[in-house]
Amino acid sequence: MATREVISTGNELSAMAAIDAGCTFYGGYPLTPSSEIMHVCSDLLPKAGGASIQMEDEIAGVCAVIGASMSGVRALTATSGPGVSLKAENLGLAQMAEIPLVLVNVMRGGPSTGLPTRVSQGDVRQASNPSHGDYRSITLCAGNLAECYTEVVRAFNLADRFMQPVIVLTDETLGHMHGKAMLPTQEEVKAGIVPRKTFDGPTDEYFPYECESDQPAVLNPMFKGYRYHFTGLHHDKNGFPTEEIETCRKLIQRLEDKVMMHTDEIELNEEFMCDDLEENDVLIIAYGSVSLAAKEAIRHLRADGIKAGLFRPITLWPSPAKRIKYFTDKVKNVLCVELNIRQYTEEIERASGRLDLEGLYKVNGRAISPHEIANKVKEVF
Amino acid sequence: MAFNYNKYLRLEKMPTLWCWGCGDGVILKAFIRAVDKLGLSQDDVCVVSGIGCSGRFSSYIDFNTIHTTHGRTVAYATGVKLANPDKHVICVAGDGDSLAIGGNHTIHACRRNIDITFIIINNFIYGLTNSQTSPTTPQGMWTVTQKAGNIDPTFDVCKLAIAAGASFVGRESMLDPKKLEKIIVKAIDHKGFSCLDVLSNCHVNLGRKNKMASAMQTLDWIDSITIAKKKYDTLTPEEQLNLLPTGILKQDTEAREYCDMYKEVRAVHQGKRAKITQADFTKRI
Repeated sequence: MATREVISTGNELSAMAAIDAGCTFYGGYPLTPSSEIMHVCSDLLPKAGGASIQMEDEIAGVCAVIGASMSGVRALTATSGPGVSLKAENLGLAQMAEIPLVLVNVMRGGPSTGLPTRVSQGDVRQASNPSHGDYRSITLCAGNLAECYTEVVRAFNLADRFMQPVIVLTDETLGHMHGKAMLPTQEEVKAGIVPRKTFDGPTDEYFPYECESDQPAVLNPMFKGYRYHFTGLHHDKNGFPTEEIETCRKLIQRLEDKVMMHTDEIELNEEFMCDDLEENDVLIIAYGSVSLAAKEAIRHLRADGIKAGLFRPITLWPSPAKRIKYFTDKVKNVLCVELNIRQYTEEIERASGRLDLEGLYKVNGRAISPHEIANKVKEVF
Repeated sequence: MAFNYNKYLRLEKMPTLWCWGCGDGVILKAFIRAVDKLGLSQDDVCVVSGIGCSGRFSSYIDFNTIHTTHGRTVAYATGVKLANPDKHVICVAGDGDSLAIGGNHTIHACRRNIDITFIIINNFIYGLTNSQTSPTTPQGMWTVTQKAGNIDPTFDVCKLAIAAGASFVGRESMLDPKKLEKIIVKAIDHKGFSCLDVLSNCHVNLGRKNKMASAMQTLDWIDSITIAKKKYDTLTPEEQLNLLPTGILKQDTEAREYCDMYKEVRAVHQGKRAKITQADFTKRI
């Protein structure tokens, strides 16, 4: 894999990733600590022939993105927790009508206005179901500067593959972190772009929402001669509102199955110093910026003779349940570390079937240090 | 030769869910004739609607159609238009859609002057959901949420759009389909944001409880509150008080359209022109 070295911030890298992944539209509203993503998009998108628009509110930001995406373009919005709350209803429409988009949530302290300039991982649970109704969110979580770039690229490809919004979680620490990132080359990113499926047969044989029970809709871009209907209502094979019992059931079941039957295409984890772990060793489960501290803690612990490793989900939703089960079956001492109160731990409990997991949860808006994690391990195990 | 509506209708979706005698069908008809008159290709038109009776407008006509969430029509449309500046984007929304839940999007779309045609079907009530007060429900009328009589002051759609900066503002009602067709033609043809207040009758969920239970009675009421702008302008302020002027109320062909201005933004970032400064604008504040 060819790589290049870039010195930048997480937010700038997320914006650069979008443009390299072929995004040509940004719609959003300023929100700390995500705003730099819009700042960069407002320079780079018009330069590349695309468009970036600051809308009147968060809701309008995501609506404009959905509208643009319906015409076939790759589109991005970025915000933080309060903005996701506002965008939620229209993210639901994008789930229902199967409109791809990428939303980067640079997490800050919540609930409500919370701690606008401080770090948190408090939106992990929200990301799994931002709006009402049944559907499966795809949520990726960057754990370092390079992933602020690579996960946004991956999100665009997944959004077009599964025809739905994909959320990328970063946080204030990563968004504003300035440093060196080793990135894939632009050529490599370009070569990896998987365009949306389209139908090129006769118009009277085109049924955008008629597809296999585990596959997304095939939505031709608007203005290309295939005229159909988008709606947030339950809809038939042409996209028109219906209340027909079996059609309604199949639609919602398909929204579930198109993701859950293909988790192998979505799952991505990092297993750091896990190879030599045995029953009485220590497994830390952490994600996002916390994993940077966790890795450092593991180095310290190992130097002190405590064998520890890190399991880090990069795709948070759907969760890597089987892999979590594998590790939590294998290792007795498990410590979950999060900048929230047990939001992902509850998913780890579900996947592992264990209720004896130790936890370190920090919710004061400050990053966690390697020493805090190492001390916790020494204290509880 | 008789006009061929079928070309533009999704006939398999007929009959519409609109009540017998509803004005929305007349507006649909005028809209189709207007698009036909302009000779627009159906493939090049996107119709965006919201939630409510008017929300179903988009599903009956054979264009690229989007049925959005409540109030967000023009926000979706802004994305469609900015990504596809050479296409025609037309919004159809109700009074609740565009003035209550979506009021913020309406005023900012007017301000931006993006080339979208915004048709507000104003029936003075939340019709589909059984008679809740809308921002245009006349004071003193009965609604299901204000059974003692509506005390909420109303919005004048056109005054709002003019104040917010729309470059084309007009009003007609479904009482005169020919005039309606003509103003829709002009609105679509206008380059910039055009906002039309199109008055429609909801005799079922407004009229029935306000002593105008038949379609004709509600139409008579609409007739009694509308007057051509020319005549309106000759009246005293006291006489104008409870009348809504019809016709083109504002048309500014000089105002710069948003997508056109965005081309300049691209040119700046591509190093093809100097930065945009205050000197580029006559009116700056």
